[in-house]
Amino acid sequence: MLTKRFNFLFTSTKGLVLVAIALISLETAIWGMLSGPMAELGIRDIVVRATGMILQPVEREGRIVMLYHSIAMAVIAIEVYIITAILPMKRDAQTTINSTITVGYITAQICGMVFAYFGRNWIFHGLFLFGQSLIFFAGIKLAFALNPWNKDYAISDPAYSRTKSGMNLERAAFFTMAIATLGSALFGAIPGSYSGNGFETFLAEDVIREPHKDALQLAVIGHLHIMLTLIAVALALIVGRWLDFKGKLHQVAMPMMIGGTIIITLGVWLVVPFEEIAHNFIYVGSVFILLSALFLVIFGFDQLIRERLAEQKIAKANFVQKLGALLHDPLKFGALWQMVYMNFVVTFIGIFMAIRLDKIIRVWPQREERVTLTGHWHILAAICATIILLYYADLIGLKGKARQWFGWLIIIPADIAFGAVAFFSTKRLYISESAQQPLVDTLMLISDAGLATVLVTLALLLVWRLVDLFKAKGKWSQELEEASR
Amino acid sequence: MKHHTVIASEAKQSPRWIIFSLVALLLASCSSAQWSGAIPRYDTGIDPETWAQIPAGDFAMGQHDVITKIEKPYEMMITLVTNAQYARYLNKATADAPVKIANNPIVGAYPGDKFSGKRHEKKIEAGDYPHLVTGNPDGRLAYDGKFFAVKPGYENHPVVAITWFGAKAYCEFYGWRLPSEAEWEKAARGPSPNSGDKRAYPWGNEIALNQANFYASRDPFEKELGAQGDTTPVGFYNGKTYDGYKTLDAPSPYGLYDMAGNVWQWTGDVYPQQHYRYMRGGSKGVYEYNLRVWTRNSAEPDFYGPSTGFRCARDVGKK
Repeated sequence: MLTKRFNFLFTSTKGLVLVAIALISLETAIWGMLSGPMAELGIRDIVVRATGMILQPVEREGRIVMLYHSIAMAVIAIEVYIITAILPMKRDAQTTINSTITVGYITAQICGMVFAYFGRNWIFHGLFLFGQSLIFFAGIKLAFALNPWNKDYAISDPAYSRTKSGMNLERAAFFTMAIATLGSALFGAIPGSYSGNGFETFLAEDVIREPHKDALQLAVIGHLHIMLTLIAVALALIVGRWLDFKGKLHQVAMPMMIGGTIIITLGVWLVVPFEEIAHNFIYVGSVFILLSALFLVIFGFDQLIRERLAEQKIAKANFVQKLGALLHDPLKFGALWQMVYMNFVVTFIGIFMAIRLDKIIRVWPQREERVTLTGHWHILAAICATIILLYYADLIGLKGKARQWFGWLIIIPADIAFGAVAFFSTKRLYISESAQQPLVDTLMLISDAGLATVLVTLALLLVWRLVDLFKAKGKWSQELEEASR
Repeated sequence: MKHHTVIASEAKQSPRWIIFSLVALLLASCSSAQWSGAIPRYDTGIDPETWAQIPAGDFAMGQHDVITKIEKPYEMMITLVTNAQYARYLNKATADAPVKIANNPIVGAYPGDKFSGKRHEKKIEAGDYPHLVTGNPDGRLAYDGKFFAVKPGYENHPVVAITWFGAKAYCEFYGWRLPSEAEWEKAARGPSPNSGDKRAYPWGNEIALNQANFYASRDPFEKELGAQGDTTPVGFYNGKTYDGYKTLDAPSPYGLYDMAGNVWQWTGDVYPQQHYRYMRGGSKGVYEYNLRVWTRNSAEPDFYGPSTGFRCARDVGKK
C-alpha cells in the first residue's frame, strides 16, 4: 500500500502538486519565523535553538538568496506539473519531465536549506546546484515537448488563437515562456556561479543606488525581475486554460502574450549592455502582458457570470444578480480577481515609484527605498501563491461549502494582508518616521492576521489531505486511479 | 549666494496623498508615540568630549573583507555628537556667522560638487544649504529667537535631524571633519585582516537585545514609545544598569560607543557621479542586521530625520 501512496504523491499531477505545496508550506512556516514580528517576539531564537540553525551575520544575504531559490524552484515545479497535465503531449514526455523536475526541486530545496542554514557543508551546496541543473534539464525537455510547430498539436477550432497553418498560439505562448525562462535562468546562473559561492553574495535591493553596477550585478537584478515575471506569465496562461479562454479576446491576447514575453525578456537581458534603453523594451513588454491578462480577466468574469446565470435559468439579470453570479465560485473568481488586485498593490505602486523615483523615492534614505522594493515583490510572489492555491483547490475538486470557505478564506485575508503590506512599504509617502509607530503596529497586526488566516486555511487543507493518506480508500486512491487512466 | 533646496523633506510629499493620509490618520489615532511625561534621564558616565586614536594600517572592509589601507592614524569621537554639544556650537556659530538663521531652515555655505550628469545624479552647486529646521518635531533643539537650547532630558542624547551639510559644518567649525566611510568602518571593526576576526558588530559576532539600540530591542525607551523607541544617551550600552535595565558593555575595539545602533551616522565621502551621502551604523528604527559594521545607508545631503546623527574625526594631535 505504501507503493500506491508513493505513486500517488510522485506520479500523479494532483499528488505532485500536493507534495510541492506541502514542502513550500513547511518551509514558509519554519523560515517565516526567522524575521519580522516573529523575530521581535523572540520566536526566532526558539526556532534557531530547536533546529540547530547556524546564522552567521556575514552569511545573511547568501542564506536569503538560497531561501528564495528553494521556494521558487518548488513553485516552478508546480507550474510545470500543471502545464504537462493541461497541454497535450506524449505520456512519456510528461513522465520524464515531471520526474526530472521532482528530483531536481526536492534536492535543491532540501540541500539548499541545509547548506544555507545548517553549517555551510559544501556537499549540500553541490547537491543544490545539481538539483537546479535537473530543473533546467526538465525545462529543456518541456520546451521540446511544447514545440508549437509540431503538427500533432495543430488546431482547427477558430475559437482559439491560431495561425493560418493551424499553429496553436496558446501553446506557442507556453513555449515562448519556457524558452524565456530557460534563457533567464542562465542569465542568473552566470553571475550566480561567479559571486554566489557564499562569499560575495548581495541582495539586489542593497545595490540599487550604486551609480556603477557591474555586468554581474545588473544580470542578478534582471534575473530576479524576469523570473518572477515569467512565473506570473505562466500562471496567467494556466488560468486561461483552466477557464477555457477562447474567442476574440483569446485571439488578440495570445499574440500579445507571446510578443510581450519576448520583448520584456529581451529588454531584461539588454539591461546588461544597454541599461538606458533596455527599460523602454521592458515597459512595452509589460504593457503587452498586462493587456493580455486584462483580456483574460474580462473573458473570465463574463464567462463566470454567463455560466452561473444559465445554471440559475435567469435570462435577464440585474446588477446584483450578475454580481452574485460573478462571486458564486470563489476559486475561479479569486484567480482572476487576484490578477486585478495585483495592479493596485504591485503594478500601480511600481509605476508610481518608477515615475517619481528621483522626486520622491530617492529623496528618502536608501533603507526606506529598500522597504518599498522588498514589499513590492513579496506581494507579487504571494499573490502568485494564492492563485496556485485556488487552482489546486479546484484541481482536487473541492466542492460546496468547503469550496466557498477555502476560496474566501484565501482571497479576503490575503488581500487585506497585501493591502496592509503595500501601505507599510510605502508608508513614508504619508507619515513621518517619528510618527509612524502606531501605524506600523496596526499595519503589522493586520498583515500578520491576514497571512496567519491564509496559512491556517492552507494547513487545514493539508491536514485533511494528510489524514486522507492514511485511509485505504481515501480521496488519494481515486485521484491515483484517475491519473492512471 | 543662492539658496538651494535640493531635497524636499518627507512631509512635503504628503499633500498628493490625501486618501492615504486620511487612512493613516485614522490608524495613527489609535495610540500615540509621544512621551506622556518627562523622558527618563540616565547618566552613562561616558564623556562625549573624549576622542579615541585609531592607528594607520590595513583592515578588512565591507562584507566581503576587501583589504583597505588607512594611510595615517586619526582620532574619532568616542560618542556621537550630543544635543548639548550641537546647541553650544549653534550658539557660537550663529554669532560668528558661518551659519545663518535669517530664515528657516538654518543654512550654511557649501562650495558645491562636481556634476557629471549621470543618470539619477542631482546637481549640488555652490550656495547655502540647510543644516537643520527649527521647530521640527523630530529635532531635540529649541530656538527662542536668540539662543538654542536642548529639550529637557535630551542633553546627552545624540543630536538628530541634522543634514549632512549641518554635520559637516559642525566638524569643520572646530577644525575637524566627518570620517570617511573607511575611517568609520575601521574604527568600528578594528584591525582584522590577518587575525581571522570576522566580527559583524563592533564588539563581536553576535548581538543581544541589551547591547545596542535597535528596533524592538526592548530598551527602557521602548516601554512607552513602542518598538522604534527613542534615542538612548550616548554611551548608554557600557555595562551599567539603569533603573534595573542591565546593559552589556559594547564598545568597538578602539573604545568607541554607539558604533552600532541608536542613530545612523553621516560620513564625509563625496563620491563622483552621485549626490548621495552615506551613513553607517544602523539606528533605533531598523532591525539588527542593519547594525552590521559594513551596512551602508544613503540619503541626499539635505535629508534630516529622527534617526540620523554623526560624530567627527580629526588628524592625530589636532585639538
